[in-house]
Amino acid sequence: MQISFTLNRRPTTVEVEPATLVAELLREQLHLTGTHIGCDTSQCGACVVHLNGLPVKSCTLLAPALDGATLLTIEGLTGAPGSNQMHPMQEAFREHHGLQCGFCTPGMLMTAVALATEKPDLTEADVRHGLEGNICRCTGYQNIVISVMAGAAAMHAAKGE
Amino acid sequence: MKPFAYHQPDQIPDAAKLLTSIEDSKLVAGGMTLIPTLKQRLASPTALVDLSKLGSLKGITDDAATITIGAMTPHAVVAASKLIQTKIPGLAALASMIGDPAVRSRGTIGGSVANNDPAADYPAGVLGLGATIITSKREIAADKFFLGLFETALELGEIITAIRFPVPVKAGYAKFKAPASRYALVGVFVAKFPDGVRVAVTGAGPGVFRVPPMEAALSGHFDPSAIAAIKIDTDGLASDIHAEADYRAHLVTVMAKRAVEAALS
Amino acid sequence: MGNVIGIGAAPKRKEDQRFLTGRGNYVSDIKRPGMAAGVFVRSPHGHAVLRGIDKSDALASPGVIAVLTGDDVADDGLGSLPCGWGITDAKGMPMKEPPFPMLAQDKVRFVGDMVAFVIAETPEQANAAADLLKIDYKVLPSVVGVLEAVRPDAPQLFEDVPNNICCDWELGDKAAVETAFKKAAHVARLSLVNNRLIGNPMEPRAAIAEYEPGTDRYTLWTTSQFPHVVRFLMGALVLNIPQHKLRVVAPDVGGGFGVKQFHYGEEAVITWAAKRVRRPVKWVASRSEGYVSDRHGRDHVTEAELALDETGKFLAFRVNTLANMGGYLSTFGPNIPTNLYGPLLGGVYTTPAIYCNVKVVFTNTVPVDAYRGAGRPEATFVLERIVDVAASEMGIDRVEIRRRNMIPKEAYPYQTPVLVQYDSGDPMGCLDGALVAADVKNFGARKAASARKGKFRGLGYSTYVEACGLAPSRFAGRLGARGGLYESATVRVHPTGQVTVMIGTHNHGQGHETTFAQIVSDKLGVAFENVDIVFGDTDRVQFGMGTYGSRSLVVGGAALSKATDKVIVKGKKIAAHLLEASEADIQFEAGKFSVAGTDRIKTFEEIAGAAYVPHNYPLEVLEPGLEEQAYYDPVNFTYPGGCHIAEVEVDPETGTVTLVNYTAVDDVGTVINPMIVEGQLHGGIVQGVGQALFENAVYDEGSGQLLSGSLMDYCMPRADHLPMMKVATHSTLCTHTPMGVKGCGEVGTIGSPAAVINAVVDALSHLGVTHVDMPATPNRIWRLLQNASLPVAAE
Ligand SMILES: Cc1cc2nc3c(=O)[nH]c(=O)nc-3n(C[C@H](O)[C@H](O)[C@H](O)COP(=O)(O)OP(=O)(O)OC[C@H]3O[C@@H](n4cnc5c(N)ncnc54)[C@H](O)[C@@H]3O)c2cc1C
Ligand code: FES
Ligand code: FES
Repeated sequence: MQISFTLNRRPTTVEVEPATLVAELLREQLHLTGTHIGCDTSQCGACVVHLNGLPVKSCTLLAPALDGATLLTIEGLTGAPGSNQMHPMQEAFREHHGLQCGFCTPGMLMTAVALATEKPDLTEADVRHGLEGNICRCTGYQNIVISVMAGAAAMHAAKGE
Repeated sequence: MKPFAYHQPDQIPDAAKLLTSIEDSKLVAGGMTLIPTLKQRLASPTALVDLSKLGSLKGITDDAATITIGAMTPHAVVAASKLIQTKIPGLAALASMIGDPAVRSRGTIGGSVANNDPAADYPAGVLGLGATIITSKREIAADKFFLGLFETALELGEIITAIRFPVPVKAGYAKFKAPASRYALVGVFVAKFPDGVRVAVTGAGPGVFRVPPMEAALSGHFDPSAIAAIKIDTDGLASDIHAEADYRAHLVTVMAKRAVEAALS
Repeated sequence: MGNVIGIGAAPKRKEDQRFLTGRGNYVSDIKRPGMAAGVFVRSPHGHAVLRGIDKSDALASPGVIAVLTGDDVADDGLGSLPCGWGITDAKGMPMKEPPFPMLAQDKVRFVGDMVAFVIAETPEQANAAADLLKIDYKVLPSVVGVLEAVRPDAPQLFEDVPNNICCDWELGDKAAVETAFKKAAHVARLSLVNNRLIGNPMEPRAAIAEYEPGTDRYTLWTTSQFPHVVRFLMGALVLNIPQHKLRVVAPDVGGGFGVKQFHYGEEAVITWAAKRVRRPVKWVASRSEGYVSDRHGRDHVTEAELALDETGKFLAFRVNTLANMGGYLSTFGPNIPTNLYGPLLGGVYTTPAIYCNVKVVFTNTVPVDAYRGAGRPEATFVLERIVDVAASEMGIDRVEIRRRNMIPKEAYPYQTPVLVQYDSGDPMGCLDGALVAADVKNFGARKAASARKGKFRGLGYSTYVEACGLAPSRFAGRLGARGGLYESATVRVHPTGQVTVMIGTHNHGQGHETTFAQIVSDKLGVAFENVDIVFGDTDRVQFGMGTYGSRSLVVGGAALSKATDKVIVKGKKIAAHLLEASEADIQFEAGKFSVAGTDRIKTFEEIAGAAYVPHNYPLEVLEPGLEEQAYYDPVNFTYPGGCHIAEVEVDPETGTVTLVNYTAVDDVGTVINPMIVEGQLHGGIVQGVGQALFENAVYDEGSGQLLSGSLMDYCMPRADHLPMMKVATHSTLCTHTPMGVKGCGEVGTIGSPAAVINAVVDALSHLGVTHVDMPATPNRIWRLLQNASLPVAAE
């Protein structure tokens, strides 16, 4: 079937089998490999993207659900294509060493941005709770939590300007 | 995943017709249960009937004594609903405890109730509040709806359209998460109505169930102390690597007390 | 002009840009033209005779290219998966080393054992064809626990391995220990289980193999921590591919923790298959597939006894352990519960006599091998637990008993009775620092506050040491290593003065691209951004042993430091020539070569440029170019250590243990980048906390089924399980590594399980609880409380 959607701010039309997961579509057909697959039970969050502004697990989403929707992946989180301008949340992860091997990072960032968008004044407990669907094996989460709080503050400061 | 056809009807009768006319077809709502099942190749339907284009299945309506939640309402919407937070805070709390933010963006109340996973949260809320399941064919009382492990009163081609909850005087939910999956190892929903109290337990057994002795005790005195000494029989309770039946039985009492505390707070 | 960023600074990581923007390059991201998909068919039984495989339906299935089985492996005369260590028993007899075929032949020995490889155009087609294979198994009873496996009537995995014992290993002076026990005023005893773990790097394993008939060359992309070792083991010992015809690439790897430091059968099968089908072939494991094929960790059953005199001084320590190896010997398997375990049983204490016996046992489970810490967390756990048991039995404060037995700072270098000699350390300093940082003084008030909420609060200590920086080859060779454990680095200075480093370690989260660049920037005075680190490709990097055992900075960094020194030596020769001075008069500092006592200077860039424009070089004494290579083989292990203090709160109603505070003060030697060291400690600690509170790989005895076979049943630590940890360093310098570094990759995982469990036991001690096995799950704690005696010392 043919589906049309907005992918990282660009209109996109693709031909897909209905039995295609969005994670597969992104990685195999659209060559956007920043969205990772870390598990087969929808538990790890490595694959989180934004569907119509909400965080969703792209490994547990069928491609037909994209039709008419807006999808944002890690590749679209940075500024305009080619600008190399990072999102405040990305900057915060770099600043606070919120990543090690980088495998969980795209999902963490997408979850974090959604969390910070939903709730402006995040507490540590909010962040820890908000990350319950994202597993990281490397960092022990401490620097991720610190990064998310700093990134959220930066996002809201930027908006306030 | 095996290939399948995909339908996105925009009328309930069309959806029902697709379901009955295509052999091995299945409804898909949020997909948070169905898609993992397809991925593990535990099911291989020939066609999926997607409910997302059925506008009438979404939204929350209020008519003083009841709140009606459309079947396609995601957990996150219920959790964040000011109306539900005010009128049945225990139900909003329950929704906020399901899975994680990404699961709550997609998973729906209709899907959860139709699926009747023995460790799911919503069945406890639906049974505990004595809600009514509204389908494309009829209305079914919660007490008649949940029939056991993944089994419900739904017939072939029957679609849940909404769930109607009576507004209680007080209600609370307490969940003891299974360590890895974070579904309910034991979850207890307690609701106090003018004519009595209902207590519903999920996670502990092969399906959600009520606890009449606790209901009687709480109807007399709505306080955790009223049920502290009530023990649940371990017969028929689940045992697995995370918890044996006696531990689950014990947790039912503990979580019931905490649900009452939550209702009172 | 960029900046020099040197040792001790915390620049932001070079590798982060690509990871933050979704532009990492992991194996599963790679696509090759004409690529086919492979899936492994694995045994659903723990133990069975493999009577035959009928491929015909699978071969006829749409899109199928080939179906390969153990018979094909045998027909092609391929080798068995090698074990890198050969240990010997007390009598000097070599361990039993049955073959480990890359695809099962005759028998399967664990759920997940590979039986066939199906190659098709797409993964879906390969999966569909795999379902059509007819495999005839005669199911046998399985044995999964070590205690059961050594019983006389237990199912036997191999005909020629009686009682499933691979090796009955020992270390230490048994007689001296027996004599000491006779004199003891008190003997503390402890039986414990060290739980079985699944490493769970977030990136599942994957591999792509390609064969180029034109050059007869193979390329394998694999999720590996040590591509050169894979090239050697697979090429030389399994597939008979000449080393120069085989390229192994390990690009970005999403976490390893040991799980990716073995040569896996999947790598050999896919490489062999790529030539057979003349197509690139890709395989990506699912997480659940990883659970039954990634090597597991730990799994010990131990009896320990500590003899003490009347003042609480340790006289002798005796440990008997049964260690699970799983169904076959993995790459480092037998080394872990022996050589990396026994020598650490001295800990930070002066115990004069130690004896350790380890029976290494085969069972119908996934092969067990190194997992972060590997052997050393097991040793630390036994020792730090029994110290607490002894303290409580003798009525001595737990900190005090540690102090009475600790090796004083002045006593270093310190020779233990179990082979190793610690070069440096200050355990007392770490302990004192941690006591302050953890605010132990006010613990009583916090405990009382918890009690008012109906919770039990406990505090647990772990003062520990580990052997890192694997490894001195001479030492390892004596213990049975079949290879060397040195590291190599090449420093290539380009004509413009920028530097490319080729190093044999592998970066999969540790921040080497940053830390190693800091070392070069510091030593050569070149800008940090002008240094790039290349790793993970056998065609680009000369040689290397990879990353594990907290060795990268200690051994790899030392090789890099040596190679950099050689660049300076060569640079001085060039400067002497250009400045018309004697080589002995040339000084190098902060990126400048100068003639001592003059203002005649050449910058590093000028020297680099001149090195490649040798117009009037004295060519007989000076070669053009500026590129140096060094190999470094350490003279000893390094011995990081420290003191960890955990504070937990137990909810007696549900049995839930909550970690409320965690403090670590560690001695990791010189800190190159404090930000990265902290990150390594955080991650390491949480993996240890995971072992202590959450993680458990559980098998069903009899059927051999893995009951915790996915993330739905294997509990990983999550953000909401943890408090903010306090970590600090209290370093003494390693006396034998070039920069004084000791390594930090594993310390967190080694110190933390004992600290957490000691805290849990402390919280419950008033109920008569003396030990809790890991993981301290709510179910287990509740059950313990059900059986616990009434309060022995009500507070
Ligand atoms: C990682 C993860 C964690 C989770 N944790 C929890 C948890 O803690 N607690 C919990 O309760 N649940 C949990 N879930 C399940 C989640 O709540 C699901 O959303 C829910 O159970 C099913 O809802 P769905 O809309 O996704 O249904 P789907 O997956 O789309 O459908 C489920 C089943 O219901 C049928 N169905 C769907 N809608 C209807 C309808 N309107 N009428 C009739 N039949 C219908 C479908 O045919 C299908 O058989 C988790 C899921 C995931 C992936
Ligand atoms: S890959 Fe989607 S949740 Fe793990
Ligand atoms: S950074 Fe490696 S899994 Fe999170």
